[in-house]
Amino acid sequence: MSSQSAMSSQSARTSQHATTIGILGAGRVGTALARQALKAGYQVRIATRQPAAENALLVDIVTPGAVAVAVQSSQAAASDLVVLAIPLHKYRTLNPGELAGRIVIDAMNYWAPVDGVFDDFESDPRTSSEVVEEFLQGARVVKSLNHIGYHELEEDDKPAGMPTRRALALAGDDAQAKAVVESFIDRLGYDAVDAGFLAAGRSFEPATEIFTGSHTANQLRALIQKARPLAAAA
Amino acid sequence: MENTLQIGAYSFGDTQLNPDGSARSTAEAIKNLFDAIVHADKAGLDYFGIGEHHTISMPASSPGAIIAAAAAATTQIKLGSAASIIGTDDPVRVFQQFATADAISGGGRIEITAGRGSSVETFPLFGYELGDYDELYAQKLDLLLTLNASATENVTWSGTARPSIPQLDVVPRPVQGSLPIWIATGGSAPSSARAGRLGLPLAYAIIGGQPHRFAPLANLYRQSAKQAGHTGDNIKVSVATFGLVAPTKKEAVERMYPGWVNLNVEMGRLRGWPAPQRGSYLAQVDAPNAYFIGDPDDVAERIVDLHRHLGHMRHFLQGDHGGLPQEHLLESITLLATEVKPRVKRLLAAK
Ligand SMILES: NC(=O)c1ccc[n+]([C@@H]2O[C@H](COP(=O)([O-])OP(=O)(O)OC[C@H]3O[C@@H](n4cnc5c(N)ncnc54)[C@H](OP(=O)(O)O)[C@@H]3O)[C@@H](O)[C@H]2O)c1
Repeated sequence: MSSQSAMSSQSARTSQHATTIGILGAGRVGTALARQALKAGYQVRIATRQPAAENALLVDIVTPGAVAVAVQSSQAAASDLVVLAIPLHKYRTLNPGELAGRIVIDAMNYWAPVDGVFDDFESDPRTSSEVVEEFLQGARVVKSLNHIGYHELEEDDKPAGMPTRRALALAGDDAQAKAVVESFIDRLGYDAVDAGFLAAGRSFEPATEIFTGSHTANQLRALIQKARPLAAAA
Repeated sequence: MENTLQIGAYSFGDTQLNPDGSARSTAEAIKNLFDAIVHADKAGLDYFGIGEHHTISMPASSPGAIIAAAAAATTQIKLGSAASIIGTDDPVRVFQQFATADAISGGGRIEITAGRGSSVETFPLFGYELGDYDELYAQKLDLLLTLNASATENVTWSGTARPSIPQLDVVPRPVQGSLPIWIATGGSAPSSARAGRLGLPLAYAIIGGQPHRFAPLANLYRQSAKQAGHTGDNIKVSVATFGLVAPTKKEAVERMYPGWVNLNVEMGRLRGWPAPQRGSYLAQVDAPNAYFIGDPDDVAERIVDLHRHLGHMRHFLQGDHGGLPQEHLLESITLLATEVKPRVKRLLAAK
């Protein structure tokens, strides 16, 4: 297992394709994403703060094919691609050490009307993903998968090339990491649209047109374009 | 899996609107809700749930008070919270209010459903920190269960979310010794597993998506209960969905639509959603989607079909939001009790 994951991490770095996906969080998003990734042929590891044994039944029944691992064992973090699917206000419970150098998709949202006001984000003009990236120090953070509802993730997927295929935006400062995430999004059944640097993720945060709607790649590109002067001014 | 299905309704209170769209009084909404419960009891509905909400459009802030009043005015219907936001309330008071209602009802008709709530408005209102969300919920649920399981009035509990209780009397005791206490969840796997491990009945609120997709969660709940050694009557699932019944499907769809628009406009203002589209409403009103809106045949068939996936023992609907005219709520309740319920029973027996 460990030599295999070392190999696949290697291949991820060179070929822009991930084979192992580590998901932190087994809530609505974590489990829906796990099933969708399994369907696409990935190896999936799931960790929460509960012991792996306690999650074993959950994983067997709700995301069959995935493996429950202990969050302390760093096995989820040691995947080609790590997805953060935990409540944002718990981001400080993440372990920056084990995520350093990893490609990390931040699927978390700061959505005060639903989840409440948190000072870390309320008093910081940056996007929530930039705050998370700073905390994680050295992780290659890509913001994505945050603007699709958890159940839509398993219902809206379409084969590549279909004109009505739904698109998902991504933003990040590391081009290689973004390439890996783009191929992941594509295999999940969605077109990937690059919005630019991590700060440009503002265009698909909660309460934006992108966040609340469903769009094709062309529509999404237009909306990102439209948001650009706004993002630059902010 | 259960093979009987209780049919019910639930409400958060629904403030009526004037012709110009302005809100009528929240007091009227509470009186309407009370009247609807009394009506449901007479019509023969099995269950009525009252959710704790603290907004002008949904003002049922005090389920315990409404349930106590309804307990006195009804004879057969089961009454419960749907849900009580336990993390920001005092479990001692919640337990006492529901035990009081239980005494008034004659015993055995009053239930508590403990939930986290889908919005966070109770945190600033009652002066709690959102960062303590998980800890508050866990400790207060523990206290509520301790109170309920106590053999006598005299209770001891210690924790940090609330002052400890050193051998103090908590009265009254429920007529039958304890009250049914349910856990409410919007359908996360960890919550399902946790409820199973605790051996508590589980109330799913399914407000979007395809309800049959909750099947693995219900299975996880049952397996978790089994693994922890919990079997028997307490291991059961209920389902709450949006829904409204009218003589025809067309009428049901048209009756619920304006309220749905109002609700979504209000939520949209709060949460930055775009203007609600009729298309997204219509996409939800047919099987296998989330809204149980239709004529008695349609709704009964869909409830029984969902039962094949979830094996739930109770299904209850909320149709009154955004200012649904009271007469439409009452007619839906009548049809649920007199038309949907017998059909469900027949369809289940035929399975
Ligand atoms: N709901 C949606 O449709 C949607 C869509 C896109 C994005 N999002 C975002 O996705 C995130 C997750 O949402 P959700 O609805 O899935 O939440 P959820 O159902 O509450 O699940 C959260 C999960 O995270 C786990 N967790 C917490 N801290 C952890 C840690 N340090 N390491 C590993 N696991 C941890 C929790 O388990 P334990 O507490 O037991 O550890 C739980 O399994 C949120 O930030 C949300 O804004 C949601």
